[in-house]
Amino acid sequence: MTLDTATTIAWITRAAELVRADESRLTALDAAIGDGDHGANLARGLAAAVTAMGEKEPESPGKALIAAGRGLVAKTGGASGPLYGTGFRRAGKELGDGGDVGQVGAALEAMLRGIEELGGATQGDKTIIDALAPAVVAFQEAAGNGSDLHAAAEAAADAADAGLAATVPLQARKGRASYLGPRSVGHEDPGAASTALILRALADVTAP
Amino acid sequence: MKKLINSPDAVIPDALRGVAAAHPSLHVDLENRVISRAQRTPGKVGVVSGGGSGHEPLHGGYVGFGMLDAAAPGEVYTSPVPDQILAATQAADAGAGVLHIVKNYTGDVLNFRMAAELAEDEDIQVVSVVTDDDVAVEDSTFTAGRRGVGGTIVAEKVAGAAAEDGADLETVARLATEVNERSRSFAIALHAGTVPAAGKPGFNLAENEVEIGVGIHGEPGRERGEFAPVKELVGYALDAIHADRPISGDVLVIMNGQGGTPLIELYGAFAEAVDWLDGHGATVARNLVGNYITSLDQAGFSITVTSLTDELVRYWDAPVSTPALRWGV
Repeated sequence: MTLDTATTIAWITRAAELVRADESRLTALDAAIGDGDHGANLARGLAAAVTAMGEKEPESPGKALIAAGRGLVAKTGGASGPLYGTGFRRAGKELGDGGDVGQVGAALEAMLRGIEELGGATQGDKTIIDALAPAVVAFQEAAGNGSDLHAAAEAAADAADAGLAATVPLQARKGRASYLGPRSVGHEDPGAASTALILRALADVTAP
Repeated sequence: MKKLINSPDAVIPDALRGVAAAHPSLHVDLENRVISRAQRTPGKVGVVSGGGSGHEPLHGGYVGFGMLDAAAPGEVYTSPVPDQILAATQAADAGAGVLHIVKNYTGDVLNFRMAAELAEDEDIQVVSVVTDDDVAVEDSTFTAGRRGVGGTIVAEKVAGAAAEDGADLETVARLATEVNERSRSFAIALHAGTVPAAGKPGFNLAENEVEIGVGIHGEPGRERGEFAPVKELVGYALDAIHADRPISGDVLVIMNGQGGTPLIELYGAFAEAVDWLDGHGATVARNLVGNYITSLDQAGFSITVTSLTDELVRYWDAPVSTPALRWGV
């Protein structure tokens, strides 16, 4: 299958559902090393992203992601709004009218680059990047080995989960958790946790 | 959790309605969530700030003659969004450009940066000054950088006074930068505040514990320390500030409650601060004692020390008329 416009809308809608269902877990992770609002903020932002995609029927998967990104920037607040919003807009620009597995891989990579540039974080800083970067690598490897969209998305979601687990021993160097210094060690990063949910949503909606 | 609210979602709209009702000299845009002066002064540099809510009177309480032109309050402890900051910038624009005073948090910096780009698309010149006066965070490549805290109030007052005086955007920005460079803050909490949507305190402390180097969002500090008499706690905070930027000469001191500290205790803390500063050859030339940058109902104090110059004193003393600061008018 390809990532068509309807599936793209379904992806963001599913991400909103997963984040809403896990809102209290994300909030608890954020309370441990941040300020305890990540779940509520991202649930609000993704709901706005879904609304933004529904306002004017998107002409392409790329336009759908750009609309979602605008909704996220407009309603999320905090750092996650500009970061995820920029990520989805960049992914949408890269995706355009396309949607085969190679193009989705390029779009996910554009998302990663956009978030890296805006936030200035790199892998190992205990942020979104720690889930997203390995997910992009896994997606592109799977695609290169001939996997279809669903299998590549599954590989990406699994890699994001592993990336999330790998944030536990890290000391945060970006974002609010960095203020804690060594006390940020021993906790999952809430941004990496929400990224894992967003990638799991992609695997869910591409399932045959 | 017992809070004087209708529901967690209604906290900010309800508060904004109250601000509008209490202060006719302010215009409250309930839709965009912007607090601005009811009237603007043509040709004056606009001064805008904003950030998460829960720090009142910061920033909305500092909108008015001699200080801010507009403020954008976000959700509790969450930065405002770009469109909202743009609306505040438009409300403050009187043709001479707008200064954004931004506390150094990743979310605030990113959202203000996006808003500044949107404003420039509309031919409003924007200069941003980021405040980062909290010495509790090590300034290094290993963190998001120091947090903007109490020094922000001084920057807003001085920049606002200079703008009122007819200074141009470059000068107003230079003064805000200078205040930030000359200001240092440190905070210690006795118990954490409770975010209405979370329903429980941001961290829990035992009877004999304090949170040292705490931020303004209930984020835990860098370490737990042992509870001690106020003289020792204030001395600890001032030692940390002094180690970072030696204190001498005339200083402005803000002895700030965090929202849940009785004023009688804050005055006791201020007395200890004056004694400590006397002992180190510094003179408290100006001061504020009270709740000026809060963390909901968090208990404890923060102390901000700004090393003064004649110019800064002049702008600090200039008339101001806002809900939270009012003198000389």
